[in-house]
Amino acid sequence: MGIKMPESSSPREPSSPARDDDVSLPDAPVESPSRPNSSNQPGVTLEDLFDDNDQDLEEEILASDAANLPSSPPQTAPSSSEEAIPTTHQEAYSDPNLMLQFYSRLFPFRSLFQWLNHSPKPGPDFANREFALTLPNDAYLRYQSYPTADTLRKDILRHNPSRFEIGPVYTTNPRDRKTLKKSSMFRPLSKEIVFDIDLTDYDDIRTCLVDIALREDFGFEHIIWIYSGRRGVHAWISDKEARELDDDKRKAITGYFEVLKGGVQGGKRVNLKRPLHPHIVRSLDILRPYFQQVLADQEPFKSQAGQDRLLQLLPDKALNEALAKKWASSPDRPSSRKWADIDAMAETGVSKTLNTKALLEAKQDILLEYTYPRLDVEVGKKRIHLLKSPFVVHPGTGRVCVPITAAGDMQRAEAFDPLSVPKVTELLREVDQFGSGEDGENKANGFVEDGVTMRKLSDWEKTSLKPYVELFDAHVKTLLKSEMIRVKRERDDDGVTGSDAMEF
Amino acid sequence: MLAATAAPRIDAKRRVVLDHRKRQFAQAQWAEQDYTHRMNFYTIPPTGDITLEQFEEWGIARLKVLAELEACQSRNRTPAETEEYMRPVMEKHMRLSSNRSNNSERDMERKKDHYSHWTLRLAFSGTADLRQRFARLETQLFKLRFQHDDGKERKEFITSLPMSWETVSDEEKKLWLEELKAATNSNNKTDEESWFKVDWEKVPELVERRQVLLKRGQAYVHVREQTSMVVNEFSRTLESGLELAARFLPRMDEDNRLAPILHHLSQSFTAPDAGYSEESSIGDMASISAASIDGLSSHFPLCMQNLHRELRKNSHLKHFGRLQYTLFLKGIGLNLQECIVFWRKSFKLIADDKFKSEYLYNIRHNYGEVGGDANKRGRGYTPYSCQKLLTEAPPSAGQTHGCPYRTYSPDNLITLLQHVGVSDREVLRDVREYVGKQRYHIACNRVFEAAHKGEIKKVKDQSLWPASELDTILHPNTYFKRSFLLKNLGKVQSGDIGVDGPTQQMSD
Repeated sequence: MGIKMPESSSPREPSSPARDDDVSLPDAPVESPSRPNSSNQPGVTLEDLFDDNDQDLEEEILASDAANLPSSPPQTAPSSSEEAIPTTHQEAYSDPNLMLQFYSRLFPFRSLFQWLNHSPKPGPDFANREFALTLPNDAYLRYQSYPTADTLRKDILRHNPSRFEIGPVYTTNPRDRKTLKKSSMFRPLSKEIVFDIDLTDYDDIRTCLVDIALREDFGFEHIIWIYSGRRGVHAWISDKEARELDDDKRKAITGYFEVLKGGVQGGKRVNLKRPLHPHIVRSLDILRPYFQQVLADQEPFKSQAGQDRLLQLLPDKALNEALAKKWASSPDRPSSRKWADIDAMAETGVSKTLNTKALLEAKQDILLEYTYPRLDVEVGKKRIHLLKSPFVVHPGTGRVCVPITAAGDMQRAEAFDPLSVPKVTELLREVDQFGSGEDGENKANGFVEDGVTMRKLSDWEKTSLKPYVELFDAHVKTLLKSEMIRVKRERDDDGVTGSDAMEF
Repeated sequence: MLAATAAPRIDAKRRVVLDHRKRQFAQAQWAEQDYTHRMNFYTIPPTGDITLEQFEEWGIARLKVLAELEACQSRNRTPAETEEYMRPVMEKHMRLSSNRSNNSERDMERKKDHYSHWTLRLAFSGTADLRQRFARLETQLFKLRFQHDDGKERKEFITSLPMSWETVSDEEKKLWLEELKAATNSNNKTDEESWFKVDWEKVPELVERRQVLLKRGQAYVHVREQTSMVVNEFSRTLESGLELAARFLPRMDEDNRLAPILHHLSQSFTAPDAGYSEESSIGDMASISAASIDGLSSHFPLCMQNLHRELRKNSHLKHFGRLQYTLFLKGIGLNLQECIVFWRKSFKLIADDKFKSEYLYNIRHNYGEVGGDANKRGRGYTPYSCQKLLTEAPPSAGQTHGCPYRTYSPDNLITLLQHVGVSDREVLRDVREYVGKQRYHIACNRVFEAAHKGEIKKVKDQSLWPASELDTILHPNTYFKRSFLLKNLGKVQSGDIGVDGPTQQMSD
């Protein structure tokens, strides 16, 4: 993270307040007659868009960005905006102009809003939620909050963060935290449970394992897996019971999944009591076929050091000596062969003291050590933890953090290929090049609610972002449905979810 | 639902006025508790009548037990040590017999237990800190008692509880027997094949350690975990009850009989009240004179040692210091005449006239020789207990009264301790820890233990003293007497000690 800037408790005012009033109009679904489907025109290039007089906000922001001054006069907008548009692939992925385009045209703000708000109508689950923005200059703005999707979007466009993170829902609006009488009155109330799994290279197996455990053991339903942009995945659990769990329970869940203990150096990292817990047994069954692949891909036992480590984890001295001798004569023996050698050598009876049970268990432990998912335990333990939002762009790779799968669809997870995740540059190009018109599709699909339509969202439909947003939306839809059923049932109690009174 | 208030106000018109002879045959108008079990979740508040004295006494007795429990925790005693230590304490103050014993006092014991809990609940619901401490200690006490409950009675008690668990049915057991056994580590022949299921949120520690079987959010727990689950449930129930009590506290309609008692009780958490009795004097074992004070000072607690040093250094002490010290000296058995001699000699820089006019009267007043009715004529004021020293106004510049564990900054305190001969690093470290947690009398007790380690061990090993003689020291005079006795084991019979008292130094 960059330097933590003192948080601005109120967003900077745009240079021309008068324009601010106009700002809401361009986003309204009903277009003013003087602007017939401006940005929705197929084949319109980005340059053409800026010729439109009514793209006030757009111009102003681009102008301010290009001139790097918040108060640059709008009349210079058209010319400077032309410079601002990226046209080459060599642009850095974190180029502010790229990001701005991305946020303005592709980022699915309304979907994100509904996912976090748990209802179409704005409520405290969104309004009291913390967002943390990483600005282009690496400054870090915490405790930002927004009442609606629209305000979130505007602020993101204003700040143009390279990334932003989502935090918990607090007892009160985070921006007001300093005005409270007692500091203890400001504390986290709820947050989705999250897991951060680091993958040396992506494989769906591990996603599968955790997903199954969460559903079958804990009974969670609304789980979505988000690609974190390079090498990891995040799981977000939105079940109401999950969101309201306190830190102790989160720690318990994390502990349930923890199998590897200790640092990378040092002895055996997997030390499980026998008989194995059913979760571990299930995990072993899932991971066993994958182990061979790991052996082939990563060759963990090929080097001398790797081999030594392997022997260190096996219990029988005589067997180990025999294996070491055998491998000494064939230095480049692949890991999979060495693994098979273990059983083969054991069967020759070279060790009189061999405890077959202990050997089997040691092999199980080794298998787990090399395949069991590594959870970043700190991420899941506390409610106040901030985690990167879905759909932000990874600055290093330029890829969008898209959802991989939801609703326990492991086939989809299997089909996921990190190298096919769209990059922001490609997406923007796809918008430009969108050829055949698909009019009528471009109204925000089925999510038209009061005042929160994002007309520009429809751009994503023209790009390879489409299936990902649709996946996300489907997940959100299921979530909202279950929330509404619950609210109906709890109608007598005090409503805390977003569909009732707004509490600021 | 938990009842919101403690003993509700009794309407005068409906008060049961009973002649004590008729009482045992009278029909109670209010729901008297039927104490079927020894253990109690305290969900129903008491509704009967008790006297004010019982109210206070029972509260104090329970407080004594809780305070000793807290002392054990502060000292990081192991569960086994705590149990051993607490047994006599509980026997003495809060006895609870099982159903099997045909103790006639049984119901009274349970009533006392029940009422005292609710009394203390009232006293300790005021602030979050008190609530937390009370809840924690009550849970510990519950656990201690629960573990000693008779097996059969424990089962009966558990079944009576409205817990949200259900026993795993035979069909389910058949379905998942192997998984159940593997998950809950119950493969031994001796393990009962019995599980119950409950929402996983109720057993987070077990989930974290993968010691339960989980199916769709339900945790299948082996019966041996039941104890910890009951204890946890007790804790949870109590905590929410305390929160409720706190909210209703302002509305308590009280006629000022209870408020002072409750206030006094809540103060006792700072340092529990110590009854002072004249038995703290060693006058029957050794005759104490002004000249012997210097020698005896090695047995003084830090507060008094500090005053003594100050006195010797400056040949003077300010008023509160003199008051505190004089009363202490009275308590150890120094008679008035010797006391006057002591002060006269200590104030050596002062002329006779000045001494007589400014200091003499006060000493006599403290001893009760002169002064009005308020001075408990004939006996003088009571020597200050630790509680008093810790709750009265702290000293300002030039004064040295009070409890140094409280008034001194930790660094200066450590220096002071080193000056009086405490050099063991572990002890000093522990003192710092306890002082950090504001458990001042525990720190003092720690120093005492370290200074008398050998003697205490001997007394325990040879069972020379009953356990109640070794409980937490709450009064400077107790400290002195115990120190004196420990250092003079085998020598203390009347007349054995010479006029000047023992002169052996404290060994660390």
